[in-house]
Amino acid sequence: MKEIDYAAPATLTEATALLARKGARALAGGTDLIVQVRENRRDAELLVDLKNIAELNTLRFDAKEGLVLGAAVPCYRIAEHPDVRKRYPGLGDGVALIGGVQIQSRASVGGNLCNASPAADSIPALIALGASAVIATPSGTRDLIPVEKFCTGPGRTILGPGELLVHLHLPPPAPNSSSAYLRFIPRKEMDIAVVGVGVALALNDNRTACVFARIALGAVGPTPLLVPEAGAALAGRPLAEADLERAAELAQAQALPISDMRGSADYRRHLVGVLVKRALRIALQRVKGG
Amino acid sequence: MSDAPGRNDSRAGLSRRQFLKGSGVTAATAALAGTAEAVVQAATADKTKEKTESMGPGPVALTLDVNGAKMETKVEPRVTLLDTLRNHLDVTGCKRVCDRGTCGACTVLLDGKPVYACTTLALEAQGKKVRTAESLVDGDKLDKVPAAFVKADAQQCGFCTPGFVVSMYAAFQANPSAGPGEIEDALSGNICRCGTYEQMRDAIAALCKVKRKEA
Repeated sequence: MKEIDYAAPATLTEATALLARKGARALAGGTDLIVQVRENRRDAELLVDLKNIAELNTLRFDAKEGLVLGAAVPCYRIAEHPDVRKRYPGLGDGVALIGGVQIQSRASVGGNLCNASPAADSIPALIALGASAVIATPSGTRDLIPVEKFCTGPGRTILGPGELLVHLHLPPPAPNSSSAYLRFIPRKEMDIAVVGVGVALALNDNRTACVFARIALGAVGPTPLLVPEAGAALAGRPLAEADLERAAELAQAQALPISDMRGSADYRRHLVGVLVKRALRIALQRVKGG
Repeated sequence: MSDAPGRNDSRAGLSRRQFLKGSGVTAATAALAGTAEAVVQAATADKTKEKTESMGPGPVALTLDVNGAKMETKVEPRVTLLDTLRNHLDVTGCKRVCDRGTCGACTVLLDGKPVYACTTLALEAQGKKVRTAESLVDGDKLDKVPAAFVKADAQQCGFCTPGFVVSMYAAFQANPSAGPGEIEDALSGNICRCGTYEQMRDAIAALCKVKRKEA
């Protein structure tokens, strides 16, 4: 690996000052970054280890406030958290699929988002759940950005020099709502999504019709994609098979897949349709069963 | 599978970048000594101190808690926990195979959680308890997990075995009544190129006290 400097600040002020330096990169779990720096796929002169900063290790749920998910919280803590499992199961699905056990001990959702892979497993669920990214800037302000606007291309985000993702904020779940994330890979673990689909939906009080739904796609575009038309088509519908079919078609129409070693564009588009319907059925089952 | 790069890049003492920085300055050595001192100070500074200085790229003093023993060494910030354990501290149970967080041969426990030591910097492990496969033997007595591997002949070349054993040990620590399926899931981040998975399944069945169905 090329030579690097290292710093482990304890406060956000110190962290943003360090991150404003040339060649500085934020280090959380390091499962992507350390490999990328070693293989010269990302330049870094200074790694700023964020794991000593209290705000980035916060994971708490409040019925009014929703979920506050610190950017450096490792996946295993999220997957084990009872409120995540109960109220944000789509996020739990995503983090439990990232890498294997050793990766989940270290990797964070904040890092998964900032790494900005189009196939990142936690991002479609975050988008479907309406999550926002809270960003600290060197001038001390806080910016709030919807997660679907955070990634700007493969490996690229809106973060500027000295800017730091502090936490993700997920609004409190609506009544009669649930979520799910599904991905397709040829093996069970330690692989990269061919397609990933995150959905969140809410039903009316007697659970006969959908109030709203959000659907987001992974690995079928330069960034994870929110497909608003597909979700909107479900509002007011009883979520019969024909409704799911319609949402799947709209999602397929908005996907921007490419062909690569993991699958052809046509195959990916087909998978979008299959996974959107399956994920919606799982979320629906979770509302009705829970 | 050479260990040489890790050994060279961290023991050279004077890195190229420092040399360039210091070249032309007669007091280069003194300046470097000063840097190293500041770095050690920053590494051990208490949390109330306002300013966190960056350290490196030269060697930094650090203390690791490895298998219950305090071990001291000096490594550059870029050196991984794996290379530090193997090349500096002579703790060689963790193996260097893929060196990119995929194969699991380097698996160690960091505060009880299994991690890839090849994608963890040594500096990140400070203040945490590091446990390697070496800790799973007490005198001549093997822990039940490696003992089951021996009994089931669950290794061929054996190079992946310490990583598998550590991952499996962690899975049983997390849930002593785990079933074979859960234990197999916990091994998803480990790969055996010899393909001794069937014998590992025998070991898992013995540890879970279940009978294996013949495939």
